[in-house]
Amino acid sequence: MKILVCVKRVPAPGARINITDDGQQVDTAFLGFTVSPHEECAVEAAVQLVEQHGGEVTVLTLGPAEAEEQLRTAVSVGAAKAVLVPIDGQDWDPQRTASAIASVVNELESANGSFDLILFGNESADSCGYQVGVRAALKLARPMVNGAKGIEIDGASAKIRRESDAGQDIYVLPMPAAVGVKEGINLPRYPTMKGRLASKKVDISRSETTASVGGLKMIQLQRPPERASNTQILGTGPEAASAIVDLLEELGVFK
Amino acid sequence: MSVLAIIEHDRGTLTSASLGVLTAARNLAQQMNTTMEALTIGANADALRSVAAQYGATVVHQAHHDALTDFGPEAWGEAAAQIITSLSPQLVMGSGTERGHEVVAQIAARLDLPASMNCTEFDSSFDGTQPLKVVRARWGGSLLEQAEVDAPIKIVTLANHTVEPTEAPTTSTTNVIDVQLDASVLHSIVRDRVERVAGVTLATASVVVSGGRGVGSAEAFAPLEELAALLGGVVGCSRAVTNNGWRNHTDQVGQTGTRIAPDIYIACGISGAIQHWVGAMASKNILAINLDQEANIVTKSGYAVIGDLHKVVPAVSAEIRRRRGV
Ligand SMILES: Cc1cc2nc3c(=O)[nH]c(=O)nc-3n(C[C@H](O)[C@H](O)[C@H](O)COP(=O)(O)OP(=O)(O)OC[C@H]3O[C@@H](n4cnc5c(N)ncnc54)[C@H](O)[C@@H]3O)c2cc1C
Ligand SMILES: Nc1ncnc2c1ncn2[C@@H]1O[C@H](COP(=O)(O)O)[C@@H](O)[C@H]1O
Repeated sequence: MKILVCVKRVPAPGARINITDDGQQVDTAFLGFTVSPHEECAVEAAVQLVEQHGGEVTVLTLGPAEAEEQLRTAVSVGAAKAVLVPIDGQDWDPQRTASAIASVVNELESANGSFDLILFGNESADSCGYQVGVRAALKLARPMVNGAKGIEIDGASAKIRRESDAGQDIYVLPMPAAVGVKEGINLPRYPTMKGRLASKKVDISRSETTASVGGLKMIQLQRPPERASNTQILGTGPEAASAIVDLLEELGVFK
Repeated sequence: MSVLAIIEHDRGTLTSASLGVLTAARNLAQQMNTTMEALTIGANADALRSVAAQYGATVVHQAHHDALTDFGPEAWGEAAAQIITSLSPQLVMGSGTERGHEVVAQIAARLDLPASMNCTEFDSSFDGTQPLKVVRARWGGSLLEQAEVDAPIKIVTLANHTVEPTEAPTTSTTNVIDVQLDASVLHSIVRDRVERVAGVTLATASVVVSGGRGVGSAEAFAPLEELAALLGGVVGCSRAVTNNGWRNHTDQVGQTGTRIAPDIYIACGISGAIQHWVGAMASKNILAINLDQEANIVTKSGYAVIGDLHKVVPAVSAEIRRRRGV
């Protein structure tokens, strides 16, 4: 099985997200970077499938040169190959990102054969556009389902489990297919010593590409209004139990 | 010329988010001086036309095809895209739910048009001709983005719970449309379902007792379980907990977990990172139990107790039992 996973480098903010003065970006001066939890789980899902069925995992990101860090992390937990699609400056809009990813996938596939599965996150952590995967899959003529909480390979098809309000829905996609993965599908592993070594040595291939700008334009970021809070300290230590139960009574949750 | 609201349903049962969509779409239609029309997909949703009329849809389009008996993102997206092509509405709005986002992404991809998801505000001077200015939620709602949708048909989803549904009954006509679906879009239709067992869930519970890294182990959740049971609630947790394998991801509150809205959220040993907070902030009341007086969750919550959760939580259970005389 050949599986491609698309991941995006995003800042990892803590207690609050600060914005640069011009409102164009998250202020990352004191932040580390990560990939979205959904995509971390997509990498783990791909590695597990290859462990079961053989094959190899390729990770791809469209981003700044620094996004190599996220590709290497993916290699440290089991991906074999890594592809960087370099862009400068601002994020590309969803249409442009999807077109670029699709054209790089076409290139990779004409050189090395088709990917049986292309995995995305259900949504990226920062832009939350819910669309790059869907758009890229359509361009690549792959059937696509989002929200996957389970992927099983059964011959030439992929059985997808997904949660809905009513229960668990099952989808069956003929491969090659594309799937958007959600956190909770698995528990991503930590890198092994061997994995760390491999991630240092891996050759990250670069695929330059162009794509035309789409119709969704970011004008400015803004912070949502903060709820003013005047924290009432009910007490310290177990002695506060009585005050807590008083509160529960007052709120009507203690009956 | 119209605003088209896409009605989300599951096997004919309306999804509550659709009522906000109908309301917001009607408000926009009014400011644009045009009509709000609605679209249902699959004959099993035909009965929803009365709901659409109740919320002001002047025409309810009903997409029919033998294969549209259950949800399928590509089949729904293709059906809607065909109808949108023939109607040419100025604006299309779907719901800001998992399925809503997916169908709208499918529609936009098929029409090769931009889509702005999770909109919380629309430009009040938009008349249908100029680019549409919106505010949309990013980072699961921790951050907002002012954006501009520049396209002949503006395609958006409405962030859930941003518009209070209000009725505006009208007489509506129905328009049944038989769509042609290529076999390639039928693969992704739901094939089977395992029904959920009834019971209180994290999303619907009125009390959530939640634990973070401060709980320390899977076993140490037992006192939180006990307190939740005494209050008829459920246990939640932070991502640090699921990452450590202490609890299942179904218990996780936050951006990549569940959004909750209980009467009270009791957060024990949780620091209140923005990605956690965004899942908990709709709670009516929040009580933080934390060693650290400066923790984000403490400074943001309505109520706090400073102390060791391992001592405070059992003491609360004991006090409840004492007052109940058991
Ligand atoms: C894109 C993205 C999405 C994310 N999504 C989510 C999400 O959905 N949900 C989520 O929860 N996180 C999410 N996170 C992770 C988030 O950033 C934090 O890392 C996580 O919430 C921290 O969990 P915590 O509060 O349990 O742990 P910590 O931040 O380590 O906090 C532990 C707290 O426990 C207190 N404590 C320790 N011992 C005790 C004790 N004995 N008694 C009382 N208090 C004690 C400490 O004072 C501290 O405040 C996401 C991160 C990213 C980047
Ligand atoms: N710049 C990018 N590079 C690689 N993959 C991306 C990028 N942006 C988005 N994706 C993928 O598309 C999914 C959906 O993204 P979005 O539409 O931004 O929510 C993400 O979870 C990623 O898997």
